Amino acid sequence: MSFLSSLADRDHVFDFLVPATSPVDVRHGPILYLEDVSVSFDGFKAIDDLNLTIDDGELRCIIGPNGAGKTTMMDIITGKTRPDTGSVWFGSRHNLLAMNEPEIASLGIGRKFQKPTVFEALSVFENLELAMAADKRILPTLTARMTGEVRDRIEEVLETIGLEELRNGPAGILSHGQKQWLEIGMLLMQRPRLLLIDEPVAGMTEQEMERTAELLTGLAGKGKQSVVVVEHDMGFVRSIARTVTVLHQGSVLAEGSMDQVAHDPRVIEVYLGADPDEEAA
Amino acid sequence: MWLMQPFNEGATRLFLGVLLACLALVTVLHLAVPAGHPLHVSAYTVTLLGKYLSYALLAVAVDLVWGYLGILSLGHGAFFALGGYAMGMYLMRQIGDRGTYGDPILPDFMVFLNWDSLPWYWLGFDMPWFAFLMVILVPGALALVFGFLAFRSRVTGVYLSIITQAMTFALMLAFFRNEMGFGGNNGLTDFRELLGFDLRTDATRLGLFIATGVALAMGYVLCRAIVTSKLGRVSVACRDAEARTRFLGYRVERFQLFVFVVSAMLAGVAGALYVPQVGIINPSEFSPILSIEIVLWVALGGRGTLYGAVIGALLVNYAKTVFTGVMPDAWLFALGGMFVLVTVFLPRGVAGLLGYLQGLRFQGQRFNRDRNETQSRDISKEASA
Repeated sequence: MSFLSSLADRDHVFDFLVPATSPVDVRHGPILYLEDVSVSFDGFKAIDDLNLTIDDGELRCIIGPNGAGKTTMMDIITGKTRPDTGSVWFGSRHNLLAMNEPEIASLGIGRKFQKPTVFEALSVFENLELAMAADKRILPTLTARMTGEVRDRIEEVLETIGLEELRNGPAGILSHGQKQWLEIGMLLMQRPRLLLIDEPVAGMTEQEMERTAELLTGLAGKGKQSVVVVEHDMGFVRSIARTVTVLHQGSVLAEGSMDQVAHDPRVIEVYLGADPDEEAA
Repeated sequence: MWLMQPFNEGATRLFLGVLLACLALVTVLHLAVPAGHPLHVSAYTVTLLGKYLSYALLAVAVDLVWGYLGILSLGHGAFFALGGYAMGMYLMRQIGDRGTYGDPILPDFMVFLNWDSLPWYWLGFDMPWFAFLMVILVPGALALVFGFLAFRSRVTGVYLSIITQAMTFALMLAFFRNEMGFGGNNGLTDFRELLGFDLRTDATRLGLFIATGVALAMGYVLCRAIVTSKLGRVSVACRDAEARTRFLGYRVERFQLFVFVVSAMLAGVAGALYVPQVGIINPSEFSPILSIEIVLWVALGGRGTLYGAVIGALLVNYAKTVFTGVMPDAWLFALGGMFVLVTVFLPRGVAGLLGYLQGLRFQGQRFNRDRNETQSRDISKEASA
């Protein structure tokens, strides 16, 4: 009888609707380990013996000249590219090399690409609704209803990305910077543990950059997300970075605070003798 | 950038209201006004309007896949014709021994071909429930198999349009063959009764007209329910940024398949309502030209609005009736001319024009509201300062 009444109850959550994923284990601190990772394309070593550790709740900036392997590194973490050797772990439980792209995404690794892609015909609110972690099969989607919980989550994210006033406008009318924030918001809707963000401020105005810096520093933190930002703009990196990793020819050249790496002679040499500070100016 | 008009509750109510009012009006003018009176609607006109309404339902089905899912199907005539053939087979079995050759089981064309028994796929079509189920299931099954193969291989855009066209062309050639058992190029005709009602009486014709109108209203409401659901928003997302939708975790090909199958079933129902009103179904309904014409109706009326598809289907078919009566040779030029004019001056169709006029009014209201808000905000700022 109770089974029958549970069938009639639209909001009843059956056991088979709950995804069977185990949470990420960060008791040992790091949320992401890359160890001795190498990958080569046609003999060209894009990543060469890379070692990288990101702590839970950390905001890490990754810089490096063109061809340093930044994008390839992102591809490896998200499962798009398989390394030739090495190991990649998410927390101390999940071996990312044994998973495909959707599985990695559902573990809570969100990636933002350089060029913003939002659904221009849908409103800002609806963009976030579609990005929400939910049962994404046909019938549950057809019968999905806007619950208070979903609405609250969307409102929360709208506030985080600062687009509350534009919630009902079509995403197509947003400025470039606003689209970037909306896309970050869409990643947040999936409650990720780790955000990988590729060149977030390319093409942004000064004010938009400041706003993005606030947004990203607000996102990272214990119990929230860990954020990895790949960026060229030194001024921007300086404004948000606590720890900076410099990649060069597929491996880590230097790591430390912005001041430390900016005065590292090897880093200065890689940037053609130019002081990274000056390059930003 | 092509924006979706927000689905307007008012527009839906207006559409359904106008549709039902027209049904009632035609019924009254047909029954209550004596023949010979200028306002009398003849049985011929009632049947003609019923035919237009079945086309309108077909146009709604096409708009569902093209307007909201971004799949330009140039083969929807195939689903329409299959629904029509399923209905035609039922009507053939209803003839019984009243055919020219008087065979109690076999339709005339099978006797003519010296067949001695019914092919297996004709079995069961003497039962209306079975035939009506097939009206929905056969087009649905074809769409399921076709769509599964196409969408799984991520065939979209122009390539998909071309293979849908090839599909309907192949079916047309197949149905032209006498050996297929569907009457060859003569198709199925000489129908007499539907559910016991004589198809040649005015009352039955009026009943079919009303049934078609109700089916159009129901089909419209069904499509509206789909496009206003979250699934509808996912469809629009698939249409505009397929890769991004996939990246969000939606299985795009399954959504495409679902909407495509629903649309094919609606097209089948439209075909089944069309056949008893025109009295014949033959392989020309599979012709690629017809499928392209359906897309023109939707484009003229305005894609992605549902009611635009209905307007387009009615306008073009009315124009077709008028033109082919007055200047038969000029019809294709007129159709081409209409298409060019609409593409140039009304890129979003007639519905776009209606939306634009409404938008002007809406903008006016919004401007006033915004101005009031700005003023009140300024006042509150001054007050706090």
